[in-house]
This record gives sequence, C-alpha cells and structure tokens, in this order.
Amino acid sequence: MTDSNRTLLSGDEAVALAALHAGVALGTGYPGTPSTEILEALAEFGGRAQWAPNEKVAVEVALGVAFTGARALVTMKHVGLNVAADPFFTASYTGCDGALVIVSADDPGLGSSQNEQDNRRYALAAGVPMLEPSDAQEAYDFTAAAIELSERWKIPFLLRMVTRVCHSRTIVASRALPQPTVAPHFEHDYKARVMIPAYARPAHRRLRAKLAEIAAWNESSPLNRVIAGDQSLGIITSSAAYLHAHEAAPTASFLKLGFTYPLPIEKIRAFAASVKRCVVIEEGDPYLVEAIRAAGIPVEGKPEMYRFGELNITRVRRILAGDTSPEPPPVPGKPPQLCQGCSHRYVFDLLKKLDCIVSGDIGCYTLGVLPPWEAMDTCVCMGASVGIGLGLRHVLPPEQARRVVSVIGDSTFVHSGITGLVEMVYNPPPTGHVVIILDNGTTAMTGHQEHPGTGRTLEHEQTGKISFEELGHSLGIQNVFVTDPALDPEAFERLVRDCLANNQLNLIIARRPCLLIAGKIKEYERAANQTCAALGGQP
Amino acid sequence: MNHRVTNIIIAGLGGQGVLTAAGIVADAAFRCGHDVKQSELHGMSQRGGSVSSDIRYGHKVFSPMVPTGEADFLVVVATDQIEVNRHQLRHGGVLITPDAIDPSKLTNKKSFNVAQLGVLSRHLDIPESVWHDAIRAAFPEKLHAANFQAFALGRKGT
Ligand SMILES: Cc1ncc(C[n+]2csc(CCOP(=O)(O)OP(=O)(O)O)c2C)c(N)n1
Ligand code: SF4
Repeated sequence: MTDSNRTLLSGDEAVALAALHAGVALGTGYPGTPSTEILEALAEFGGRAQWAPNEKVAVEVALGVAFTGARALVTMKHVGLNVAADPFFTASYTGCDGALVIVSADDPGLGSSQNEQDNRRYALAAGVPMLEPSDAQEAYDFTAAAIELSERWKIPFLLRMVTRVCHSRTIVASRALPQPTVAPHFEHDYKARVMIPAYARPAHRRLRAKLAEIAAWNESSPLNRVIAGDQSLGIITSSAAYLHAHEAAPTASFLKLGFTYPLPIEKIRAFAASVKRCVVIEEGDPYLVEAIRAAGIPVEGKPEMYRFGELNITRVRRILAGDTSPEPPPVPGKPPQLCQGCSHRYVFDLLKKLDCIVSGDIGCYTLGVLPPWEAMDTCVCMGASVGIGLGLRHVLPPEQARRVVSVIGDSTFVHSGITGLVEMVYNPPPTGHVVIILDNGTTAMTGHQEHPGTGRTLEHEQTGKISFEELGHSLGIQNVFVTDPALDPEAFERLVRDCLANNQLNLIIARRPCLLIAGKIKEYERAANQTCAALGGQP
Repeated sequence: MNHRVTNIIIAGLGGQGVLTAAGIVADAAFRCGHDVKQSELHGMSQRGGSVSSDIRYGHKVFSPMVPTGEADFLVVVATDQIEVNRHQLRHGGVLITPDAIDPSKLTNKKSFNVAQLGVLSRHLDIPESVWHDAIRAAFPEKLHAANFQAFALGRKGT
C-alpha cells in the first residue's frame, strides 16, 4: 500500500498517523462509530493509545497530559462530546500548555448513531477553535495544524470530522512534522487552572480575547482556500460537502473553509461580494449560513429538507437548482440482526416471553427491538437504561412497575451505568428493580474493543479489571447474581421471575462471551497466562 | 491518462468481505498511479446487514461517493442485494452478480468476493500483476494461494 510517503488511508488512520508523526504523548478516547479506528491505528502505528471508560474521563486525562506541555489527542463520536461537555466547556478557560486536540466524529445520516447532532455548535458554545477536514489528506494536515495551533494559542482545538471523512480512504502524503520542544513538566499556575469564580472570571475574558486574536489570524489562514472559478456562482462550504459541491458545480468559485470557528468573516464577506450568486453548501445544521447572515452578508442556504441525512453530488445539484421536489425514497437494505447464537438472544427470548417493560440501552443488544423480539421499549443514550427504568418503576402502578427491567451491555455499564446503580441504591423504587448486565466480555457493537470490565488494554494486554459483581455487592445491592442464560435457560427464567417478584434490588450479570470474539478472548487469556508463568506466577 | 472518473460500487451483506474487496480495488488503482477515493458505510455491518462501498478513481477525484445512478460497475456479492442496488448502475453499466462464479470451483469458499474481483478485472485497465500485489497486501500469507486461485477463476471466466 505504501509508495514512499504516499499511502491510501482512511481519515481515521490519517489522524492517527499525524498524531504519531507530531509526537503526541497520549491518545485516549471511547469507541464510537465512526471514530473508533483512530486510536486502534495509533496503537498499530506504534503510538501510545488507550481506551478510557468514557469520553469525559478521556478529555480529563488528555487535559492533564496537555497541562504538562505534552501533546494529547482525544477521540469520540459526536454524542461522546455530550458526555465530555463538562470538561470541554471549561478547558477553553484553563487552556493548555502543550497541545490538546479533541476529535469529534459526527454521523450525518445516522449510519450508526442515535441522533444526527451537529457538533460544530459545540465549538461556538464552548469557545473552542475548530478545524474541519474534508478528506484523509486534510485529516492528516489539519491534525498537524490543530496540534501546532493549540500549542501556539494554548487552547484546545476541536477537529470535527464526519463519517465520509473518517471512513473514506484517500491518498495521503505524509511528512516530517515539528516535534514537541519541551519535555513534560509541571509549573504551578493555579490562577490559570483552578476555576473558582475569582479566577474563572478573568479566564473567560482571556478566552474571548484569545478568540478575537485567532479570528483575526484566521482571516489569512492557509486553512481556508479560495478556488477561483466562474464569477456567476460562488459556493462557501466545508468538510465533505466541499467535495460533493466541487463535482456538482465544477466551474463555480469556491471558498473552501477549513478553520470554521472562529470564522474568517471578512474573508467570507469579500468572497460573497466577488460573485453574483453566493450559496452556502453545508451538511447538517445551518451553522455556517446562520453565522454568515448574522454578519450581514447576504447568502443563499439550503432548503430545510437537506438538513436531514448526508449530502452527496446529486443532492448538491438539487440544492443549487433550488429543487425541493420530493426525493426518491432510499431503497431499504437488509437491517442488521443479532448473530445466530448471540448470547443476547436468550435474554430477549425471555423478556419477550415475560412481557417485560424493557428499559434498553445502546449496543448490539439494541437489535432486541427488531423482530422477532420487539422486546425493547426505550433507548435514548448510553447508560440511560438504568435511570429510565427507575423512573418508570417510581410512578407506574405496582403490577406494571414489577415488569420493568433495565438491560445494559458491559461496556455501556462501565461507560455510564454505574452511577445509575448508585441512584438505585440511594432512591430505590417501592417495587425494587431488576438490572441485567449483558456481559459478553467486549464492546461488540463498535468492533470488539476492550474496556475496564475485560481487564485488558486497548492492545489486549492484561491490566486491572473491574468486577461487576463485587461492585454490586459493595454498593449494597441486595441480590447480585452471575449466570449464563444460554447454559440453562430454564434456570435463567426462574431467576428473572424471582427477581421481578421480590420487591428488592437485583443485579443480574448475564455472562457469556460474544460469539464472534470468544476465540480471540481465549487467545488473549492464554497469552496473559504465559506472561504470568514467565514472571513466576506474578500477574 | 484518461480524465474520466471510473465509478465502482461493491455491495453485499456484512461478513461477505465487501469492504476487503473494495479495499483491494482501491489499492490496485492507487498502485497504477490514479487518484483514488473509497468510501464505505459500516457500523453494525458485522451483524449481516446491507453493506456497500464506493470506489472512484481517475486523474482527479473529489467526492468519495458515486453519484446516484452513475456507477460504471456494480459488483453484488449477495443475490438478495441485487435489486436493492440496481438503481446505482448507470445506463449501459456492467452488473456483476454472484452467478458469475461457481463456488464449487473455489479452493476456499470465503474467497468468493475475490473471485468476483477477477470478473471485474476483465473490464478494468489494471495489469494482473498489480491485482496480485493488492491481493497480497490485503491478506495474511496463508490466504494468498486461495485468493489467487479465486481471482484467476473469475478473471479467466467460466
Ligand atoms: C456517548 C456515546 N459513546 C459511544 C457510543 C457508541 N457506542 C454505542 S453502544 C457502545 C458500546 C456497546 O458495547 P456493550 O455495551 O458492551 O454492548 P455490545 O455491543 O457488546 O452488545 C458504543 C461504544 C454512543 N452511542 N454514545
Ligand atoms: S457481534 Fe457478538 S454481541 Fe454482536 S450480535 Fe454478534 S454475537 Fe451478538
């Protein structure tokens, strides 16, 4: 695949390669399509990458790294930034000494997500500067630029990608990138990093002043390019939308924006004035068009119907033609389904049979909502199964409340289910509750990543392991059971029936490895045992 | 060099090697000095749902996605995915279906996707040795022989 320094890489791999070349000290994050491959590639290329239990912890760890002058990378899918929003919003105040680059991989069109949120709004809301690459080459270049600019202005940078950038392979020319100039060290500076109101007030002013400077710099930044063409049509665009637009209107003039917060408004104004018709082509929310119009620059946007789903060449042609006639409905493909022999099947067979009210969560097991089970009643965001189940239990009439079960995967449980259990112990519903952890020993949905419950690192090496049963006991949950539902489905049924009837708090850990990864898990365990033996029995 | 962009779509179901096959085509085109973009939608693809990947190559490629109804070649690995994807093919484009290959002639049934690439290769201006390099790069050594056999089967025609 390699031709000297030119390679065919996905956008995700390109981010990893740039991070490696720029001497990033640590990459961390939580899996989520379409961002997952970034950290996997970073590890494969020889960089240091690790999975965090969730995105909030990842951003915090990376911020700590960046406080020492070192370079840090954090990766997540778009909804991950909701989880990490708390540190994200204040990291712009504290700033960083080294580089902090936060990758948000958005998923317009919901290829594999629960919503279609446009995280460009986060950059604006938190005051975090943002770059948007359009292909893998730019993913490489912009990661390098984000690292450099983050260090120069001592502020975190958001690298906002979309599925078609993350998962498209294009030719990437890599190069030698500037290396970190300082070794990690710590200098006391509590006024910059301790955000009590007295220090946060001036920090907010510093942030706004920094953003004003950055905005001025961005007016002549090479990350925003004018591609001169026909003066009759000018297109302002960014991200993958640029590529579609370039093919839909090859002779048009373009202002291709790469640095999209804070925007180079004067550059945009001059471009708009230089063309007869000026159209903003952007995927998702009207982020650019609203900001540009707010600055008093008259531009055309896209009709509301194109806010939904991805853009492509055909849709951009329609936007430019002002075509709002209904689009041909997409031909439905075959929906995914739980693998034959998947351990989750046994659980949904039973929940359906018992006519449970299932407060569900996100993972492979969400497919329990599809036929033949249709045995999931709610699914909102990771970890919500526990809280929503408790809420239902609190107010439903007792006969109904006793049918409520929260079902959560093992990776999801570690990510954000633990605080739900704390709530359950603290505010128990009158009828008690039943939480089932579907412990298949992996993060299956996103391609089988390790997590703290597996006791193995991103690279499948042995490390500390969280025991769900011991956690349950230590929280004071009355009944904690570990069972393999496939081994004895009848015993599993008796157990669930008992739990539903006992008016107590119940944690059932349904443990059986994901069929697709069971063999690999055995291999990892064997390798771990060998190292253990070689060390004379010391783990 | 021909300035036209060649548009190829490979479609099938999760687990059939659609993305691997697409990666081989993209790599082969890259090795020939073309600009290449390959795009795919995967997520839960392992769970047997529909999967497809677009490959575009030529002098200069912008969008990674084949415009609707403009595929020059449509390779479908699963029979039940033919109708789902047919609208992607341009008028006069080439459809390669699973019927093109007799699976009983494969050393390894899992190489069906590569056998179909053999069929596709008859239509593309990419030397056989380059295909071999791309196949070699895509699989571990122990799978090379079976995949070369599959590719040859498709390329020679039945
Ligand atoms: C905040 C957030 N981060 C990441 C994701 C992507 N994601 C959805 S479910 C999931 C984990 C699934 O693993 P698990 O709970 O173990 O269930 P399994 O797929 O193994 O059945 C991930 C990473 C998400 N939807 N939301
Ligand atoms: S990948 Fe694993 S968890 Fe997901 S459906 Fe298949 S067997 Fe079940």
